[in-house]
Amino acid sequence: MTGYILKRLLSAIPVLLGITVIVFLIMAMIPGDPALAILGAYATPENVAKINRDLGLDAPLVARYFIWLGNMLTGDFGTSFSLNRPVIDEVLDRFSATLLLAGTSFVLCSVLGIAAGVISAAKQYGWADKGITFAVLLGISIPSFFLGMMMILIFAVELRWFPVSGMKMAYGGGGFADVANHLIMPAFALSVVATGVVARLSRSAMLEVLRQDFVRTARAKGVREGRVVWGHALRAAMVSIIPVLGIQAGFVLSGAVYIEMVFQWPGVGRMLVDAILKRDILLVQGGVVFVAACYVLFNIAVDVAQSLLDPRIKT
Amino acid sequence: MQFLTLLMRNRLAAAGGIVLSLVVLLALVTPLLPLANPDVTDTANRFLMPGEQGHLLGTDHLGRDLLARLLHGTRLSLAVGFAAAFFAAFFGAAIGIVAGYFGGRTDNLIMRGVDVLMAFPYILLALAIVAALGPGLTNALIAVAAVNIPFFARNIRGVTVGLAHKEFVDAARLAGLGHTRIILTEILPNVIPVIVIAMSTTIGWMILETAGLSFLGLGSQPPQADLGSMLGEARGALITNPHTSIVPGAMILVIVMGINLLGDGVRDALDPRLRSGALTRPMPATRVDRQGLIPAPEQDGAVLNLRQLQTQFHVKDRIYRAVGGVDLKVAPGECLGVIGESGSGKSVTALSIMGLVASPPGVVTGGAVYYHQEDLVGAPYERLRSLRGDKVAYIFQDPLATLHPLYKVGDQLSEAIRVHHPVSRSEARARAIELLKQVRIPNAESRIDSYPHEMSGGMRQRVGIAMALANDPEVIIADEPTTALDVTVQAQILSLLDELRRERGLAIVFITHDFGVVAQLCDRVAVMYAGRIVETGPTRTVLNAPAHPYTARLIACVPELGEGRRRLEAIPGLPPAVDRLDPGCAFAPRCLKASEACRQGDIALEGPGARAVRCIHPEAELSEDVA
Repeated sequence: MTGYILKRLLSAIPVLLGITVIVFLIMAMIPGDPALAILGAYATPENVAKINRDLGLDAPLVARYFIWLGNMLTGDFGTSFSLNRPVIDEVLDRFSATLLLAGTSFVLCSVLGIAAGVISAAKQYGWADKGITFAVLLGISIPSFFLGMMMILIFAVELRWFPVSGMKMAYGGGGFADVANHLIMPAFALSVVATGVVARLSRSAMLEVLRQDFVRTARAKGVREGRVVWGHALRAAMVSIIPVLGIQAGFVLSGAVYIEMVFQWPGVGRMLVDAILKRDILLVQGGVVFVAACYVLFNIAVDVAQSLLDPRIKT
Repeated sequence: MQFLTLLMRNRLAAAGGIVLSLVVLLALVTPLLPLANPDVTDTANRFLMPGEQGHLLGTDHLGRDLLARLLHGTRLSLAVGFAAAFFAAFFGAAIGIVAGYFGGRTDNLIMRGVDVLMAFPYILLALAIVAALGPGLTNALIAVAAVNIPFFARNIRGVTVGLAHKEFVDAARLAGLGHTRIILTEILPNVIPVIVIAMSTTIGWMILETAGLSFLGLGSQPPQADLGSMLGEARGALITNPHTSIVPGAMILVIVMGINLLGDGVRDALDPRLRSGALTRPMPATRVDRQGLIPAPEQDGAVLNLRQLQTQFHVKDRIYRAVGGVDLKVAPGECLGVIGESGSGKSVTALSIMGLVASPPGVVTGGAVYYHQEDLVGAPYERLRSLRGDKVAYIFQDPLATLHPLYKVGDQLSEAIRVHHPVSRSEARARAIELLKQVRIPNAESRIDSYPHEMSGGMRQRVGIAMALANDPEVIIADEPTTALDVTVQAQILSLLDELRRERGLAIVFITHDFGVVAQLCDRVAVMYAGRIVETGPTRTVLNAPAHPYTARLIACVPELGEGRRRLEAIPGLPPAVDRLDPGCAFAPRCLKASEACRQGDIALEGPGARAVRCIHPEAELSEDVA
């Protein structure tokens, strides 16, 4: 198993390098003097001199890439000029908030989605199935940012169950209860689309598996129907559900950008949008590379989970 | 055309299509409608409610008419979404075709790049592009299109690879056409349908993504507004004036939902598996819908007694009579063989006993299955479950498919014990090892932790038998348990079963198509044809003096070792389809002796004692003991 994990980690290196190349090339598309573009509104002569020195901006493209890459490998993502602090510090602070939000949503969408899919398949054509199918259609059609706004209207403004937005944690205060209270609505709003997708896929995976011979064998043994469905069948269906969970993690991470804007959540998505509007290019660059790298690593974890679940995969 | 009919038959898809067409139509005629100018501000009339002062949907935070803004915004959103889809499809297809057509190193290089692009959560890439180009609707469009290019490239490459080595492409190459000509005239026309389908499934996403970027303030810039930026601008007044948010949000929802409904309909209409309704899951027990009288059990100490059992498959408006009134019985210590060709209904008979016929489409429509004197047809599910595997156990044909692929065999055995007996894990495990030894699996102590895929076919079948024996059942129903095995393993398994039957007084119902197996193992045999028993009797009697022409022909098909050049006579024709059986003998169309009488009315299964045949021109006189 350790060997397998190492192998997967090694195979991620070219992908990670590819990510840096692509981000670098996109940033190289910026027209005009790169130092001026990167600094935007912060282009004082000192800053221009500093960035030219740091990034070797007078050097040829390829050399610049390697300087940038080398800096990143030593943990130096540059300095955010709009915030006047190292990019990596800001990204790490913000990413922890995003991780909390997206992680909660990911757990929600996995658990709710799989449960809904299994129930829907087991009660095919029944009322539960019809209800779930309709809810899923609605869920995958509603833009998450619109859903978030409607939830604020209903649950925060009308019913006053939850606070409208924000989170005290970002300002150093608030305990677990405060965090949870602020987390419920955004996490739910963020999970809805992914829940729908997971539920759809789980339903069809379960329908596929429930027709298999080994399910008949379990029934012929006298195994209780609940265990046939939630044990034998779901276990086999997980093999096709898990890769989709990996893909959904990417969608949850993407949707977090909108949800963070709607709920004023101090995460990396809002940071990126602010940075773009302020033309703080180094902050965007650092944030994108960091989050994309985390996502690649997460997908390796998904592959490992898959190999643990399915003994037929050669590790 | 058939596709369109199917699509329209799907009411939801049709509704989605109609709503979507209406929205698109409205967006197209927007400039012609007598609307207020969407960009004229009127700060005196900010936040008017819908209907006030002639503003049908009210006004926004700058006093602009919401209806006009909504329609113009919809127009813009649709246009940008379609444009993004078009550009993504165009460039994605170009890249995919080049990669797929040239193959080799070109392909490798391009696809590595595509993989890397797909490793990004899509929005990061879009944000990076917008960051580089600056906010604006055109740049948001470029970003959304670019992010979706890898998806198209990968799809189209797959199709192109399949086409690149087809004969017509080779022919074009031999004719001396250039690569560009071949791609444009031979490859592209075949790829376009795939491009269109991929576009229709992603266009909803593209509309949502561009709206999202605009919502974030990175897309359309004021005063121009698409649906996303309308929603983004209204966010500030969400709590005080929610209608300014609800109007554009609801429109996005309607558009995306329409596209999704239509897309689902298109997919269902194109996917033949879904169309035939094949993807239904079987219920825990076969559905029972018995018509007519329920026959009484025979009083003769049989442990299992089937009386006039009828099982049908209801598929749409067709009815397949898989089992058409079967009587069988088996006593303790006895082995009954049920023999017949594929499709004769023997497996369905076996599965009907414990309600294991997949349902839908299976339905038990008549007769009874007596376990001792208790009717199992229509017994409550819980009663059926408590007997399954405990008193009546099954051995199935293909052990690779019938064992759970992801559970260790030991766990599957332990489970079989623990569902019926409250024993501890370790006790169950010890018993499982014992069972594996009984079916002569070497190194049972280590084999118990193997997965099915780590075992040979014969080994897996032994596990299947061990599982059937786990609770010391009274009856074992073996459904072609040796068909998938080679001859030596088959012989071992048969002698194992024979031994167990003699040791434990097991009753065995042995389903097979192999007379050799029947001769070796069974006391009595029943021959099935088209869902009915056509002949029954003690094995040796039936084999030596078959009475039904079908039995005789079936035996004549079996090659014998050392018999030299006996002519093997295949039976001409095929077994009849059981959804349209003619009256009379079902074998008549293939029978050499068939007469007019054979094709009329029901022919009874008659004979002295244990011997019986369903034929009016039997091959041999029936006597109770010819052997």
